[in-house]
Amino acid sequence: MHELAITESVLEIALRHGRAAGAARITDLHLVIGELSSVVDESVQFYWDIVSEGSAAAGATLHFRRVPAQLVCRACGHSYSPRQALPCPACGSEDIRVATGEEFYLEAIDVASKEADAVALSETP
Amino acid sequence: MTQRVAVVERILGANDRLAADNRARLDAAGVFSLNFLASPGAGKTSLVEQTVSLLAGRLRLAVIDGDIATSIDADRAAAAGATAVQINTGGECHLDAVMLQGALDQLDLSAVDLLIVENVGNLICPANFALGTHKSILVASVPEGDDKPYKYPGTYRGVDALVINKIDLLPYVRFDMDYFRRGVAALNPGLVTFPLSCRTGEGLEAWLDWVVAQVATGKMTHG
Ligand SMILES: Nc1nc2c(ncn2[C@@H]2O[C@H](COP(=O)(O)OP(=O)(O)OP(=O)(O)O)[C@@H](O)[C@H]2O)c(=O)[nH]1
Ligand SMILES: [Mg+2]
Ligand SMILES: [Zn+2]
Repeated sequence: MHELAITESVLEIALRHGRAAGAARITDLHLVIGELSSVVDESVQFYWDIVSEGSAAAGATLHFRRVPAQLVCRACGHSYSPRQALPCPACGSEDIRVATGEEFYLEAIDVASKEADAVALSETP
Repeated sequence: MTQRVAVVERILGANDRLAADNRARLDAAGVFSLNFLASPGAGKTSLVEQTVSLLAGRLRLAVIDGDIATSIDADRAAAAGATAVQINTGGECHLDAVMLQGALDQLDLSAVDLLIVENVGNLICPANFALGTHKSILVASVPEGDDKPYKYPGTYRGVDALVINKIDLLPYVRFDMDYFRRGVAALNPGLVTFPLSCRTGEGLEAWLDWVVAQVATGKMTHG
């Protein structure tokens, strides 16, 4: 279980980009996780609440975009899931490459500026 | 009102940068390094012991042992004749570049030719964390079963050499070597593979020759 270290890293990246954008708060994080990257959404979510507490990203919502693993046969071009087989199910070739499924990055954050927060507060009855 | 800010940054980028620092440090000191990955009990420490005791006259060896809590493996490496450093990961399932950096601080790298890092026994997590070592060696073993490449593709894809340990047990365990090797070939074509037994010593020579050649090549490239 290394999701704690990963979650800390996610927070560090989000806060750095939030500061650069002059944000007061980070409300949402959009993560992209490939099926082969062996990261469990639920554990990241679990640690997130603890790790983000007291930061500008406290309570932000995590969105996970899961990218399914896709293999492509270099011999015949057939594209398939590793769950079906490892060697190419179409031609039997073992010369394959992983097209997708190894992604693991923070794609974007949604931020609220200080002005936006002020407006939102003044509109609250 | 919120605003979308594009980030697109790899989550483990910080670890990767530190790993690059570790690599630069090893290269500057002329140290060639191996990272041993395997499931628990595959024989990482046994291979460390054999490698250390059989190469001790030819190379100056150091071993860094990642273990959740004990120093058993580092003690075994030291008894075999290596300078050994223990890293207790405190429950972490893998070594990362920061932990390796701390362990490197405890070694006199100028007095080392070959550094072996024994990662935590685990087939999933260590593959995600680069350390900065030169080559990753996966130690598979016969009793684990022949389906492991199919179940842990990430680890099999990322390594530079494969040891198949405990071949002395082939007569007693159902292990279809062809099936195993087909899975490996699909994930990591042309992967250099050493079937051997740390118990009987069979196959160790080819492994040791490869290690010595790697160290020599590393020295040529980095002085
Ligand atoms: N039969 C047989 N047993 C072996 C061989 N190599 C190691 N063993 C045994 O396998 C067991 C585990 O070996 P270790 O070297 O401690 O394995 P490890 O991968 O370092 O284990 P952890 O660090 O605990 O994950 C020990 O009982 C060894 O004696 C081998 O080639 N043949
Ligand atoms: Mg061990
Ligand atoms: Zn094909």
